[in-house]
This record gives sequence, C-alpha cells and structure tokens, in this order.
Amino acid sequence: MAITTLNDTKIWQRRTPPQQLLVWAGWLGLVALFVLSWQVMTQDTIWLFVLDAPQQAADIGRRMFPPRWEYMDRLWKPLWDTLNIATLGTMLAVVVAVPVAFLAARNTTPSIHFIRPVALFVIVSSRSINSLIWALLLVSILGPGLLAGILSIALRSIGFIAKLLYEAIEEIDEKQVEAISATGASQAQVMAFGIVPQILPAFAGITVFRWDINIRESTVLGLVGAGGIGMQLMASLNVLAWPQVTLIFLVILGTVVVSEWVSAKVRHAII
Amino acid sequence: MLKIENLTKRYRTGDLALNNVSVSVQPGQVVGLIGPSGAGKSTLIRCINRLVEPSSGQVLLRDENLTRLGKGQLRQARRRMGMIFQEYALVERLTVMENVLSGQLGYVGFWRSYFRKFPQQAVDQAFATLERVGLSDHADKRADALSGGQRQRVGIARALLQNPDILLVDEPTASLDPKTSRQIMRLICEVCAERGLAAIINIHDVALAQMFVQRIIGLKKGEVVFDGSPDDLTPDVLTRIYGEEDWTRTIRKPGNDEAEDGAADEDQVELMARPA
Repeated sequence: MAITTLNDTKIWQRRTPPQQLLVWAGWLGLVALFVLSWQVMTQDTIWLFVLDAPQQAADIGRRMFPPRWEYMDRLWKPLWDTLNIATLGTMLAVVVAVPVAFLAARNTTPSIHFIRPVALFVIVSSRSINSLIWALLLVSILGPGLLAGILSIALRSIGFIAKLLYEAIEEIDEKQVEAISATGASQAQVMAFGIVPQILPAFAGITVFRWDINIRESTVLGLVGAGGIGMQLMASLNVLAWPQVTLIFLVILGTVVVSEWVSAKVRHAII
Repeated sequence: MLKIENLTKRYRTGDLALNNVSVSVQPGQVVGLIGPSGAGKSTLIRCINRLVEPSSGQVLLRDENLTRLGKGQLRQARRRMGMIFQEYALVERLTVMENVLSGQLGYVGFWRSYFRKFPQQAVDQAFATLERVGLSDHADKRADALSGGQRQRVGIARALLQNPDILLVDEPTASLDPKTSRQIMRLICEVCAERGLAAIINIHDVALAQMFVQRIIGLKKGEVVFDGSPDDLTPDVLTRIYGEEDWTRTIRKPGNDEAEDGAADEDQVELMARPA
C-alpha cells in the first residue's frame, strides 16, 4: 500500500512506484520469454506440412466416415472388459487406500515420524506413475490380459484415493472427536463414531470420481495389451481400418458420458 | 467428591494456563466457573477428564487419582464424567438417537456399537432421557437438522447416558440466544438436582451464572481469585477477576429474581433460584 500526501490530501495507490515498476518488468519478461519459446518450439517445424494439415485431416475424416456399425458385434465383450477393469480396479484400490489414508493423516496416524512418511511414500509413488506405464510394466510381468489392466488401474488409484481421503480426514471437526473420546469410548469407537461419519461424503465422492476417471483410463490400457476396448482400437489402427476406429471412438464417448452421468447422480445422492 | 489439588498446566508454547489450582466440589454441587477469555477455564475442565494432560498436580474423583490412570482405566473413569460443549460437538451426520447412544460407548463393545446393537436397557434409557430433555419427537432426525437449543439438549442427553457422577460443562450457552440460554442452564441445573450430580459450568454470562449456580469460582490468568456464593459477587470482586469496568449493572440485585426470570417459562419449576 502506498499512501502519499499531495496538497494535504491523502492519496492511496495499490502499489508504491518501485513495486509498480517491478510488476511491469515482470510482465515484460513474461512476454519476452513467450516470444523466445515460440521460436525454439517452431524452428524444426516444416511449414509445408502444417499448411497441408487441413487437407490431411479432411482426408482421414472422409475415410473414417461412415462408422462401420457391424463391427459393434465384436466390441461388446471388450467394452464389458473395460468396465470391469475400471470397477474392479477401483474396488481393489479402495481396499488398500483406506488404511493408507488413515496412516497418512496427521490426526489418525499411529506415528507421525515413522509410519506417516511410509504411507506418504506409498501415496506419492502410486501417484507418480501413470496407469498406462503401470500397465506397460505389468503386461511384461504378468503377460497381457485383464489382470494386468485391473492391477494397473488399482495401483494408480491407490495414491489418488488415499491422498484425497487423508486430506479429508485432516479437515474433520476435532470437537466431535473430542466429544466422543470424552464419553470413555475406545480408539476404534472414536474412529467409528467420531471420524467415519464426517468423512463418509468425501469418501463416496472421491471413489465415484476415481471410478469415472478409471473408465476413461481403462479404454486406453488395451493399447499396451492390458485388455479392454483399447486392444480393438490398436488392432483397427494397425490395419488402417478407419471406420472401425470411428465406431470405437463413439463407443468410448458414450461410455464416458454414461459414467459421468452415473457419478454425478451418486455424488448428488450422497452429499 | 471431586478434588483438584495443585493443578498446573503449561502448554508446549510456554503459556501457563493453570497455576497451582486447588478446588474441591461436593456431591450434588453446581459450580460456575467464570473469568476472562484465556483465564484457563476450558483448560481446567479438560484437565479433569484429561482431554488435556495436566503438567502437574492431581485430580481425585471419588478418591481415585485420575492423573495416574493408564489408558484403559482412564476410559472407564471418563464414563463417570459427562461433558457438554460450547458448540454442542454432536456428530452432525448421525441421528439424534445415535448421538445420544454414543454416551453409552464406554459400556458397549466395539462391534455392538458399530452395528448399532445397543442393549435394550440403554435404548430405554436413551428414550427416557430424550423425553426428559423434551426431544422425544426428534429421535430419528439428523443432528444437523436441529436448532441450537435442541442440539444442546441432545448434548445434555448424551452426557446423561454416561450415567455420570459429575458434569463438565464448557460454555453451554455461548452460541445460544438469551431465552434459550436460560432454558438450557435451567435444564442442566434441574437434571443435576434430580440425579444428585455435581457440575462445573464454564460460563461467560455472569448474571446467568448468578441466577442458577450455588457457588462461583473466579479464574484469572490460571489462578483462583474468587471462590464463594453468587451473592458475594460484588463489583470489587468482578474487577479483581475481569479488570476495571462499571459492574453495577451486571450483578443481580437481591430481590430482582422473580421479575427478571419468573415470567420466562410459565410452568417450569425453578429449582435453582434461591430467594434473596
């Protein structure tokens, strides 16, 4: 805040002149950086290809249309697999993530200095690897198939669910916990009566949200051989069967829309 | 019945919240604890049931030294101390009945409580207590659907379900309007009289305290600076507790009780109003 006096009137400005200068310099630097980055980014671009892009896109678009509807017969099974990968993977993740979240939350962990860091490490390592990469790893360990897909979805989701859940646990109202402890309740009872009711809405919301994300992620897992509709997508792309690709895109779109709708409904019902 | 001896609490930040406090409370006695914010009232109450661990000194409940108890013994001892909170501290997403029954948690095993299979005798007691506090129609509502006064009644019922010997009451009326405040104070004092419970009530409202309690303890900076009958609260005493201010209008004038309070609630018996 800059307050100066001019002819006995107090003038208020948001920033002092040096601060103002600094802000301008900051903006100037940002613009310069943008121009520079643009140059680096485009120095290898062959502009002839870029100018050609609309024609190329139109060409592929023409070949993709109309979708090959008969192919649907062979999609039902992989679609079902995809849904199962997402759902089973989420369930498996929940089973592991809930205890991890309680161990990671500052107010419920048995030991801040020893167990909490371990739990946090589990969360970070699970989150830092994308499910597609988990799938790559697991396919080479377990071989291709649904199991690799389920496990890679689960491994990625553990960190996501545990992180959001432990943040919810840390944000609970401690007075309710205090009140339950004051009745002479045991630790487990304090957990069941004081903490669980408070985090239940967050838990439901997080789980359904993750399931929704997992449906989307499981559609691509097949690209690396982890089962589901992605395998069909890969096969169709490999033989340049564009009308089949279109159909798969439409099916994925439909599935995601439906799962989004379901998760919105469930969240609304619980919260 | 409750004896606090040389209780001292120093927080890790170095703040001395309680300094060598000694107080004893007789069975059935309702004590009002007054003092400025930060005087250590809440700390004192929480040191009794060890929601806050005292630094030194002891607390004896029926000759049992609470400060020496291990975890399991402390849980058993806590059952005998019902606690009522400023902002009710109900579990908002549970029903009124579940909140009231949670007063029984110290007596019921984990799985029974988890599946809400409380013994019928406890359920009977819960219904009777809800009736006593005037909430029989609300048993199935969720706690967050109630008004402030109703929530505090649930809080009282929960404390009573513990079958306590003493009630520890932390600012029961601070979030309530003046009329509801009186009703809640009256209810607390009535149930104490009915069951012969002792109580320690933290309270900011001096006039309200004078109206209902039998004994007042004044706390200032963690030390007891007054201990006596509500009638002995003179402007001098209040100055000693809170500091300089014109206190003459705060204090109840003898003989004023009826005009002030009698008309408030038609047919409720005023057990605690003493003729001046």
